[in-house]
Amino acid sequence: MRESLRTVILFLVVTGILALALGGYLGVISSGLNSALVTAQSWVSSRFVVIQEFITLPRESVELRRRNAELEAELARLQAQVVQYQQQVAQTDALAALVNFSRSNPENSYTAASVIGRDPSPFLHYIILDRGSADGIRRGMPVVTEKGLVGRVDAVIAKACRVQLITDPGSAVNVRLEKAGRETLLVGSLSGDLNLELLAQDTTVEVGDILFTSGLGGGFPADLIVGQVQNVRKRDSDLFQQASIQPVVDFSTLKIVLIITDFQPVNISPLLPTP
Amino acid sequence: MKTLVAFPALALAFVLQMAVVARIPLLAGHANLPMLVVAAWALQEQTPDSWLWAALAGLMGAFTSGLPFLTYPLMYLLLVLFARFLLGQVWQVPLLAVFVVTLAGTLLETVFSLLALQFFSGQSLSWGDALAVITLPQLFLNALLVFPVYSAMRDLAQALYPLEEFV
Repeated sequence: MRESLRTVILFLVVTGILALALGGYLGVISSGLNSALVTAQSWVSSRFVVIQEFITLPRESVELRRRNAELEAELARLQAQVVQYQQQVAQTDALAALVNFSRSNPENSYTAASVIGRDPSPFLHYIILDRGSADGIRRGMPVVTEKGLVGRVDAVIAKACRVQLITDPGSAVNVRLEKAGRETLLVGSLSGDLNLELLAQDTTVEVGDILFTSGLGGGFPADLIVGQVQNVRKRDSDLFQQASIQPVVDFSTLKIVLIITDFQPVNISPLLPTP
Repeated sequence: MKTLVAFPALALAFVLQMAVVARIPLLAGHANLPMLVVAAWALQEQTPDSWLWAALAGLMGAFTSGLPFLTYPLMYLLLVLFARFLLGQVWQVPLLAVFVVTLAGTLLETVFSLLALQFFSGQSLSWGDALAVITLPQLFLNALLVFPVYSAMRDLAQALYPLEEFV
């Protein structure tokens, strides 16, 4: 026992002396040893963390899922609220524009109405409004938005009315070209395009010219904006020029309109000569 | 009594037509849901009241649309006549018959609408334009819609007038 203790001490002393003497040359061995130890430490540590998470995570997962469900419900509620607010803002904007229009045109009385449908037939361009004879609406009353002319009331029941749009193939509106000052006829078509008819060859028409209702025929009040000239087709062989018109109103997105309630359309058909 | 189902079913079809379907155009055409409902009902073997459905749908169409009054009633009655005739010619209604009736209904609507507008409203309309911008897109949309409508009508007919199943 004493012999072996002595051997160990002697080994340690010799090893120590050698280590001190060869200290500069042992760096490689030392770093290799350290690297191996660090690697082992990392491996043990990572395994420990995994085991620890395995033990503790289920409880956190349940909590997180509950919290996530709460937040998702909150998010859905807020998103629905945002959509609702956006709709209200859009409706308020539309109503504000209509109010501005009615204020800037105080010569007429208006009733606001919502578009609740369209004609079931694709061959007609009619819309259905939620105002009827109970609200004072009568056949022939013009319908406008803040942008311009929409059409006129064609049929009325107590709580609703049907409006013939100016794009309807059966619609004809007497209009006046702003620059040329000439009067002509605006007609609709099956496709919903607007065209000018009976436009004399000597009339100067340019792209972008604005059209207003002329008031002729008594069907519409004068000076309602209708649209602007999109292109002109003039051929010497034709009796009249042709022009396609871009309406100022987007008929596909109509939601709220104004009915001019104090306009009395004039029925001139008894004055027309019968063949 | 079972015939009374026609009122809510067709009223719903017209409400959907005016509020939704008519706002989904392809070019200038859109599907005709009431026409598909009437056609699909007429193609059910066990339904005895398809004529009444056609008449009722025609009256509803005449009331809601700006087309001359008799256009929709005549159109739907003629469509049911064609569908019942086709039903009598084939043993079971194949998918092709559904398409044929849809095609016939779409063409009938075009012909009746244009004739009515020309003769009763005095409008001169181009048949070529009507075919290009309304009828063909409408035919496509009707063909898309006819399967769910036919399926719903078949279920409704089976619920109201159950057929005996052969085992």
